[in-house]
Order: sequence, then C-alpha cells, then structure tokens
Amino acid sequence: MTPLLLAIAGGLGAGARYGLDLWVRPRVSTLLPWSTLLINVTGSFALGLLVGLGTSDTWHTILGTGFLGGYTTFSTASVETAHLAIDRRDAAAAANALVMLTVSVAAAAGGYLLGRSG
Amino acid sequence: MRPTGRITDVALVVVGGATGSLTRYGVSEWLNPGHRFPVGTFAVNVTGSFVLGALLAVLVLRGDDTGRRHQVRLLLGTGFLGGYTTYSSLAVEAETLLRSDHVALGLAYAVGSVVAGLLAALAGVAVGRRAAR
Repeated sequence: MTPLLLAIAGGLGAGARYGLDLWVRPRVSTLLPWSTLLINVTGSFALGLLVGLGTSDTWHTILGTGFLGGYTTFSTASVETAHLAIDRRDAAAAANALVMLTVSVAAAAGGYLLGRSG
Repeated sequence: MRPTGRITDVALVVVGGATGSLTRYGVSEWLNPGHRFPVGTFAVNVTGSFVLGALLAVLVLRGDDTGRRHQVRLLLGTGFLGGYTTYSSLAVEAETLLRSDHVALGLAYAVGSVVAGLLAALAGVAVGRRAAR
C-alpha cells in the first residue's frame, strides 16, 4: 500500500512543481532559473522539517520520499546549470549550482531545527 | 492554450512524476542500505541528469516545443525525470552527515553530487545532439 501512496504523492508533487514553475517563470528575470531554486529550497526545508518532527516511517515515505521527492528536482537543476555553461555564462552557472546547494542544505537544517523545537 | 490542453499537460506530468518517484524509491531501497554515503540518491540524480540533458537536446533539435514533442517533454522530462531525481533528499542527507560530524563525507556527497550531475548533464546534451543529427 505504501508504494502506491508514494507514487500518487510523487505525481502530485511533480504536478505542484509544474504548476508553480508555470506561475513563477514568467514573473521573474530569466538571468537565472529562480523557479527551480525556489522549488528545491522550499522542498528541502519541508523535508528537513519532516525529519525534525520525527514523522513515522510510513508518512516519511509518502510525504518525504513521495511528495517532496517528486516536487523537488535535481535533473532540471543540473541541466539548467549545464545550459548556462554551454552558453559560456560560467559565472551564472557556478552561482546557480553553489547557491542552490548551500541554500537548500541551510534550509534543510533550518527545517530540522524548527521541527525539533516544535 | 485550450483548457483541455492544459489538463492533458498536468496529467502527463503527474503520471510521469508518479512513475519516476516510484522508480527512485525502488533504486534507493536497493542501493542506499548499508552505506553511510547515500549511493542510491547519488545514482538516481546523476543518471537522471544525463538522460534529461540528452532528452532535451534531442527534442530541441527535432523542432518547436509543440504537439507530440511538448507531450514527451512533460511526460518524460518534467514528469518522470523530475520525479526520479530529488533535491530535497540530497539536501537533507548532506545536512544529516554534516550535523553528525561526518563533515568531509557530507561535503564530498553534496559537492560531488552537484559536480557529477553537471558533468552528466553536459555529457547527455552532447550525446543527445549527436543522436538527433
């Protein structure tokens, strides 16, 4: 049962990512892929929060591995960085990769601490 | 876009995302146990970056993002590969390693994932461009 719920949650997470991306992308500058940054940072914060709250294995699998795993995306982040590098925008590529990584890890830590204190 | 087109688009992303997420779960359950380094997450993220780079390169060279190409991009790219790869697990696994005093391993995992993902995406783009010619 859990794998089925995980798959449904992953599909909904991907749908949420698609919807948010459609809404955000035309509203921000196109110099950097801000939309993917927003998605990955908020998803990392939420997963850190789930871990900090100590949710059960089942709920962690459905909400964390399923929904938040489907919501966040590593492949799009990598390909967007690669496209910046291919366009010879090396500084933007490096900034995109490093900012996303550091802010996502910091957000995960913040979510974890918030969950622990709650 | 017609409303039916928009609904089809969302359905393609959801179906692809569900399948991709389930595949990631299977790979992680298979590869992650017994390793302090999250091998499963690393593997899905790097392979997914390669395939997405190749897929988008092929689609762009085939023509505009319309019709069947648009649907393939949403189902396989935004849906399946977006759901197959994960940034939240990477961030939390790296943060957990850093917090539990495995600083070198945590940094190696985080930076190694991003660098390997970028190289895989670049390789995927190169392979996709060659294949589409």
